[in-house]
Amino acid sequence: MKKWSGKNPALFFLFGTWYTHIKNKEKLVYKTMRMNKDFSAGVRGALPILIGVIPFAMISGVAAASVGLTFFETLGMSVIVFAGASQLAVFQLMSVGSPWIIMVLTAWIINLRFTMYSATLAPYLQKLSLGQKALLAYMLSDQAFGISVGHFASNEKISHRWFYFGAASTIWVAWQISAIIGSLLGALVPASWGLDFAFPLSFMALMFAALSDHPTVVAALAGGIIAVLAKGLPYNTGLVLATFLGIAAGYAAESLKARQGVAQ
Amino acid sequence: MSAASLWLLFVVIGLGTFLQRFLFIYLFGKIEMPDWLRRALRFVPAAALAALVFPALTHPTGHLDLSLHNFRLLAGLGGAIVAWKTRNVLLTILVGMILLWGLELAFGV
Repeated sequence: MKKWSGKNPALFFLFGTWYTHIKNKEKLVYKTMRMNKDFSAGVRGALPILIGVIPFAMISGVAAASVGLTFFETLGMSVIVFAGASQLAVFQLMSVGSPWIIMVLTAWIINLRFTMYSATLAPYLQKLSLGQKALLAYMLSDQAFGISVGHFASNEKISHRWFYFGAASTIWVAWQISAIIGSLLGALVPASWGLDFAFPLSFMALMFAALSDHPTVVAALAGGIIAVLAKGLPYNTGLVLATFLGIAAGYAAESLKARQGVAQ
Repeated sequence: MSAASLWLLFVVIGLGTFLQRFLFIYLFGKIEMPDWLRRALRFVPAAALAALVFPALTHPTGHLDLSLHNFRLLAGLGGAIVAWKTRNVLLTILVGMILLWGLELAFGV
């Protein structure tokens, strides 16, 4: 007895193609479900963090209005730069009339931390096209990094990139909407309220959040005190100098601590 | 600042920031971040933010002022306690601003 497909190789070929197609489709459906599941897990992971993101983005919008940026300029900066602390730093420097190059350098230095985040997330964001990598990199924020790294540590078998994309895009959308609202509100606040004082206050909260151990405290004290002493340097270069010396002081304190640990 | 130089400022800061975000995702497998750099980068937020905060409190009008007439320094110290205890941006701003307004109302000229 001959098999039906044996009679006609063309039929066998057709059946084979059809079967592979169905199997691939099943795989694709499974993969898509996995993506949806991890994407929405990322979105859900980001939701509690929005309690911190929304007011901070609104503050950045209000701050932009307080230094005279129009609604359109605020939105443009928020989309192009998308890094709140550096945007606030630029506003503070604008309000005291700092030169252009100091604003650029200060913003870049504050955003140096992203290189560390980028290096940590890199293994999870591979096998993607250049454009996809660029999009995911652009959306990188402190919060997206924190949520993703925390989640990846306890969940191995997930689509990391989809989780990250879900978290990062949620934060991005919430940030932009809140910045727009802040910009509209900020236009209503008169300059006599001294809202420029909100810049150092917001940095203060961010700074204390960054003080995780003894060496980071050393870095902050050194950076802060040197910035005060170097305030008289031309073109506000003291700020850049103080930051680098503060980093060096923290680094030295950590090395010293490690050496003492070995000695004991 | 003219509108053109403002937009140029955004684009230059934005491009540099994008490169910082993209660099090691792109370089993965090609170049690893050296250990000393990773260790040094950990101190960037603390050092950079302190360098912004301290002079803003000690030099409110561009000159060093450590007297009790420097309301921003006093209000800032109050804000620092809130920041230290709560690490909450909104609460720190609220308390700091209220302290500043209160001091200006009570002792201001």
